Order: sequence, then C-alpha cells, then structure tokens
Amino acid sequence: MKDFGFTVIKQRTIDYDQFDGRLLNEVLEMEPSFKVCLSCGGCTATCSAADLVSFNVRRMNLLLRRGETVELESEIQKCMLCGKCMLVCPRGINLRNVIMLIKKSILKYKPVNS
Amino acid sequence: METACALTDAGHWVTVIEKEEQVGGKLNNWSYLFPDFTPVNKIMDALQEKHSEKDFSILTQTEVRTIQRQNGKFNIETSGEQKLEADAVVVATGYELFDARRKEEYGYKIYDHVITSADLEKLLLHDGDLTVAAGANPKRIAFVHCVGSRDEKSGNHYCSKVCCITGVKQAIELKKRLPEAEIYCFYMDLRMYGKNFEELYREAQEKYDIQFIRGRLSEASEKIDKSLLIKSEDTLSGRPLKMNVDLLVLLVGMEAGKGTSNAAATCGIGCEESGFLKTTDSFLKSNFSEKEGIFLAGSCTAPMTVNDTILHARSAAQEVNNWLKMNN
Repeated sequence: MKDFGFTVIKQRTIDYDQFDGRLLNEVLEMEPSFKVCLSCGGCTATCSAADLVSFNVRRMNLLLRRGETVELESEIQKCMLCGKCMLVCPRGINLRNVIMLIKKSILKYKPVNS
Repeated sequence: METACALTDAGHWVTVIEKEEQVGGKLNNWSYLFPDFTPVNKIMDALQEKHSEKDFSILTQTEVRTIQRQNGKFNIETSGEQKLEADAVVVATGYELFDARRKEEYGYKIYDHVITSADLEKLLLHDGDLTVAAGANPKRIAFVHCVGSRDEKSGNHYCSKVCCITGVKQAIELKKRLPEAEIYCFYMDLRMYGKNFEELYREAQEKYDIQFIRGRLSEASEKIDKSLLIKSEDTLSGRPLKMNVDLLVLLVGMEAGKGTSNAAATCGIGCEESGFLKTTDSFLKSNFSEKEGIFLAGSCTAPMTVNDTILHARSAAQEVNNWLKMNN
C-alpha cells in the first residue's frame, strides 16, 4: 500500500474486555499470596534493580492484571531475584516466586504477533 | 431508641416522636451488617425486646412543629396537634441517603441495570432477583465507591465513612450468590478504619477474588443489550480504562437530609457546612447542641456506623441524665 506518511497511534485506553486472564490465573493459582497486593509500593522502594534501571515491581501486578504481557516480559528480565521486596511486603507476598512463575509461563500466553 | 431506653432506665419519663410508621430508621431496609454479616433482624429484635419492656411512649407518623423553651421547660407541638412538655430534648433525626440521580453520568434510574447499595441491600434482604438482561445472571459486576461523598459537584466534601466497607461486604455477598461473576470495586481510597474491616477487605481479595481498581468512574453508558460501558482511569498505571459490565452498584453516601435541617430550624440550633448538626465540642461535648437543654444523638451529627450510633446514643442519655440532675 502507498505510504501516505500517516501513522496510526495505538490507543492508550486499557480495553478490559480484551483482557486475557490466563497468565494471571495461572500465577494466582500457583502463588495465591499475590492476590492480596495493596499496591503500596514498598517493594519498589527497596528494589535493588529499581535504583539503577527503570523497573517497578509494583507495576508487575498491574501489568499482569491488565494483560500487558509484552511489556511484562521485558520488565521481569530486570529483576535480580534478590528478594528484598519480600522482606518489605506488608502482606507477605512471595514476589520472587511470582516472578519465577511469570518467567516460566509467559511465552505460552504471549500474543503471536508481538 | 437507645437513648430513650437508657433514660427510662435512669428513671426519666421519655416520649419518642417518630416521623415514620415504625422506629428503627434505615436499619429496617438493611439485610446484613458489616464487618461480620450479623443479620439486621438480630440487632433489631434485640433492640425491640429491650424497649418493649420499658415504659415510654412512642408517637409514630408524627413530626415536631414547634419547640419553645419557657421558664426552663420545653413546650412542644406536634403535627398530630399534641402538646408536650419536656425538661430536655434529644434530636436523633439520622441521615438521608444521597440521591444517586444527582450523579446523572452514572445513569441511575436512566439505565436498567444501575442500582444503589441501598437497592442491593433490599434485594439481599428479600432474596430478590439479581438477574439482568434476558434473565441471565450478571457475569461482571462493578461497584462505584464515593457516590455523593468526597465530591464537591454533589455538594458533599466529606467522607460518608460506611461505604468502603459496605462495598466490600456487598461484593462478598454477591460473590457468594453468584460465584461465576467477576466483581470489581472502583475506589479513590479504601478506608478500612474499623475493627475487622481490613481483615474483611483482605478476605475479599484472597477468598472471593474481588478486584480493586483505583480510579473514579467518569461515566457509564448503556449498550443496546442493556450492559454498561464504564470508563475510569486506572490511576495506578496512569492510563484510561474501559470495561463492560452487566450490573453497576453505586455506593451512595450519607447526607444530613431534610429531617435534620428541619429539626435544626425548629430547635434553633446550628448546622455545619456539611449540613450535619453542630456539636459544641467534637471531643468532649459531642452530644451537646448550641442550645441549653437540646442534645444530639447519632448520625444527625455526622456519618456513623450502626455501632457508632448506638454508642453515641448511649452517651447522649448519660449527658441528658447528668444535665437534668444538675438543673432540676
């Protein structure tokens, strides 16, 4: 097709009806403690990686709950698995296991065209 | 009623003037109470039993027309043409629910499947029909927190205190009845201040898979199949979010209401900016109005839980008793 020089901007709105919850459900089943996240951000505050690169552990929960699989995949690579987030978490979530579970399963659920 | 019982116990003769057909106020329409799902009728029966043994009179479907204080006595005239004389007056006019039609953008009474928390409470009380379009059970349900509270557009800047936990409680009740449904709560802040409130919130996440999304709904619109498209910001990820739901529940707040503003005018006592009645000191004199001999009890002074109301009512009785002892 002829290139008219226009770009199509991807909509920023999260369309929840398009949400694929399979990865989320798998993670929650294996690590139910992740259900009770309060989004307080204590994990991100203490994160060794977040101090050096743009990495936000709290957002991992959101990316997972909104089905942002592509972004999630690149995000979790930044984690060094030091486990400081788990020491801080007020609700005792096993975040390291959450990351490991996502790493293990994400390729299964990643959209084909991404 | 609690104040009347306590004052009768202290040896005073009490007359209760009730606007409605029966005493008990809004509790008559509630099903279960947060945070432990105590059936309302258990509380009501216990209160009823307590006051049925006591010797005081109740004038139902009656309102106060005028109150005048002369030579230390209050002369009261009611809508039933009765004339009463009293040494002290307790105002316990309660609150009104926010009229959700005022938030037109949420479509209450415009769209079929937008209901308020009070409507849901009645449905739960009478085991009512929860089905939506085509008689199917709702698959996705959203709760909107702070409807008519913390909202200057509604004229109410204050927090109504009870809606956060009511939302959590009702979400759990719906999930119990409709285990297949996905349930979302849209909140600005979750104020789980009371005993066992935080525990119930945790249980909602852990056991009932209720999801909490931080963001206030901007609007709802009805689709042709009667489902609702709702829009909000997912403030934690900083992006707009839209979602289709089958049922929308608005957690309506508390307002001082007409009954309380009328009482303020009749008694000649002041209101706060919020419309609730002014107390002379919020710590030490929360049952005292600005007028000598006129006392305040319950949610006519501020939004209160059932528990708060009972305690405030009891303290009102004690203040009245002390005051009567000192002044008679």
